[in-house]
Amino acid sequence: MTRTLLSINGLTKAYPGVVANSEVSFEIGEGQVHALLGENGAGKSTLVKMIYGLVKPDSGTMTLRGAPYAPPEPRAARADGIAMVFQHFSLFDALNVAENIALGMETPPPMRDLARRIREVSETYGLPLDPYRTVGDLSAGERQRVEIIRCLLQDPKLLIMDEPTSVLTPQEVNILFGTLRKLSAEGTAILYISHKLEEIRALCDHATVLRLGKVVGECTPRETTAREMAELMVGTALQTPTRAGRDMGGVALDVSGLSAASPSAFGTALKNIHLAVREGEVLGIGGVAGNGQDELLAVLSGEILTPADAVKLKGRPIGRMGPTARRALGLLTAPEERLGHAAAPDMSLTENALLTGSIRENLESNGFLKWSAAETFARKIIKSFDVRTPGPGTAARALSGGNLQKFVIGREVLQRPEVLVVNQPTWGVDASAAAAIRQAILDLAASGAAVICISQDLDELMEIADRFAALNEGRLSEPRPTQGLSVEEIGLMMGGAHGMEVAHV
Amino acid sequence: MIVLEKRPQPSRGWSMSTPVLAVLATMVAGGLLFGLLGKNPFLAIETIFWEPLFGEFASYYRPQLLVKAAPLVLIAIGLSLGFKAGIWNIGAEGQYIIGAICGAGVGLAFYPLEAWYIFPLMVIGGALGGWAWAMIPALLKVRFGTNEILVSLMLVYVAEKLLASMALGLLKNPQGFGFPGSRNLNDYASATSWISQDVGLHWGMAAALIAVIFAYILLNRHMLGFQIRLTGEAPRAARFAGVNPSRLILFCLGASGMLAGLAGLFEVAGPSGQITIDFNANYGFTAIIVAFLGRLHPIGILLAGLLMALTYIGGDIAQGNLGLPAAAVQVFQGMLLFFLLAFDLLTNYRIRLKTREVA
Repeated sequence: MTRTLLSINGLTKAYPGVVANSEVSFEIGEGQVHALLGENGAGKSTLVKMIYGLVKPDSGTMTLRGAPYAPPEPRAARADGIAMVFQHFSLFDALNVAENIALGMETPPPMRDLARRIREVSETYGLPLDPYRTVGDLSAGERQRVEIIRCLLQDPKLLIMDEPTSVLTPQEVNILFGTLRKLSAEGTAILYISHKLEEIRALCDHATVLRLGKVVGECTPRETTAREMAELMVGTALQTPTRAGRDMGGVALDVSGLSAASPSAFGTALKNIHLAVREGEVLGIGGVAGNGQDELLAVLSGEILTPADAVKLKGRPIGRMGPTARRALGLLTAPEERLGHAAAPDMSLTENALLTGSIRENLESNGFLKWSAAETFARKIIKSFDVRTPGPGTAARALSGGNLQKFVIGREVLQRPEVLVVNQPTWGVDASAAAAIRQAILDLAASGAAVICISQDLDELMEIADRFAALNEGRLSEPRPTQGLSVEEIGLMMGGAHGMEVAHV
Repeated sequence: MIVLEKRPQPSRGWSMSTPVLAVLATMVAGGLLFGLLGKNPFLAIETIFWEPLFGEFASYYRPQLLVKAAPLVLIAIGLSLGFKAGIWNIGAEGQYIIGAICGAGVGLAFYPLEAWYIFPLMVIGGALGGWAWAMIPALLKVRFGTNEILVSLMLVYVAEKLLASMALGLLKNPQGFGFPGSRNLNDYASATSWISQDVGLHWGMAAALIAVIFAYILLNRHMLGFQIRLTGEAPRAARFAGVNPSRLILFCLGASGMLAGLAGLFEVAGPSGQITIDFNANYGFTAIIVAFLGRLHPIGILLAGLLMALTYIGGDIAQGNLGLPAAAVQVFQGMLLFFLLAFDLLTNYRIRLKTREVA
């Protein structure tokens, strides 16, 4: 390793009620690809926000190339050669690439010069991008390129990347890694935030592991197994979900020739979807976010109605039935968005238990609500799914993401579904809770239910699904058995590199 | 620097105490206003809040309180159902007028027959009239996605024109010497809503009380009430739960129209007595304030209706005794809603003083 670029000493930042970072210290060398690893809520984001000048530390110091470094705002951080690509893009759909980049500059050069510079930089780093294309037409991977190029134009010494691969297909990830390796070879240090362990093993030179705001370990990812890193992250031995061998029954849910427009202007229409899932089977549906996942869930939950024959539950056409009728028949769903869709934020857990449980759990009679029965059901969910909360009277929004997710999944699983459809069941959930949710899904399938799991986490799908299909621009690929499926094949099913190419340099 | 911080849970304590705080703040600001107008602020506040309840002529004012509060509570209960679900019926005033016209029309059609069934038929007529007037914005919203706020509000003005036409034409008293206005229903024993005019009790008060109880049960014990609250708090979750939005719109607008129509009927057959050009007294708009002042909660609305009636009657007394301008009293009532909404923020947010971070 060469000289130290940035060294962090005892950074501490506390928010009311929670210490986000406590005495965090580590060093990043020039040209080093340094991973920052940790579960959700481990304090990764707060830490990089301090480095980028968005948050001021309570105590502790940083030194950049030997000089004290305390950026009061992101502009100062950028002036010192620190750039950041955020997880959520901040781009204007209606403007073109060059205009978007110009917007983020202090003194943008004339548009023609800027376009030329964008072309130069993009080609040098293997990220071809036409500066005059409208951002609204770009895929998620291409939008990320815009953000990266915006950073590279500043000629950064340290590039911070926050969960960059969550929106990419495996092929797109490979292209990105090529760029990052090239940058690193030229001396740019990269601080890479992720919880995807295999990626970190493939890319990073060094990893710092955070847990509950503290540094709990450092390692060299290439010499450490993913399991060891995961256990360092979680702090306990991790339980891998176990799959019991099971018999598949008849077809439980059958979707054929289903097309549906999206209710939202920015949504993706579903185009001619065919799928069948059998009793006892877990069908995994992958794909980059925004390719029709929400719409597929809505079509199955009954929020979007379709021709009756397009969706059949055990041979019975249900396409024109609403959510309540479908629940009565045993088709239960859990949407991705926990607050506001799967649960009402300001309502108590008891009320949220009632939200989907009223029919199957018999929580109403003649339209009158049985509050005590609803509370008992809420308590049962809290107990069986280890939801950490003061009690069923707590408002849903007061729960952490992981705990609310356990509640939402538990609510459906405990209603003994015939078919369960879940979207992003472990999104933003810590590793141990994620393992518990996956286990619950597998147990449910083992008991004879059919499960459709929509997820962007390919590792998760490989772990629990029997067959895999991918959504790409509203179309569903032919499902294939997960066993023996390679990452390349999965990537191609997800749409390959979405028309992106690698510039050969 | 003052920073607003969202509370993890809505604060129960603040939710209960904001109406009280709003009333106190209104007293202070109102007193200031009256002071600037050259009146004795303490006397003015005392006249508005004390005089009607415990003053010299309290025995006269107290029944008046119920007469004023009954239509306010009745209308506000209906509005609160829709408001809870995010369905904004602003046109209760119009539904109130149409309810009164229909109810009075039914009664006058039977004149001079005396029979026990006439008043019940008038009640049904009033309810149906208000309901039908509210169905116009409801159906337009369900079928064409129109904005119920605009449509229901505009229909108030249509209803006012209809009222004038009725008072001058169809329902005009044939023996009224050509003066506009219908026969006085107080002189028609089968069609009056007074239970006892001496005590100042009429059926509208009973109906308001029943509506409060009914709404309480609906919202707390019934699936439909749960769906109303769910739709207001998280529309997407409501859809996911299986709520049919169109049905909910029809129910909420229909119910609020019906209650407003009933309020109109009880008013025309009781305290007002006849259909006149200016029969409506802004109860439909004031009920919006009452609904919010009562936190959209049935019991709260009952108390808020009584409080609002108090400011009405107290305001009248203050106008008479102290020569306060009518507009000042209206500003005073408006302040109440203003302060309530302002303090409401504290239910969901806490205020924190933060020293500015020096760059």
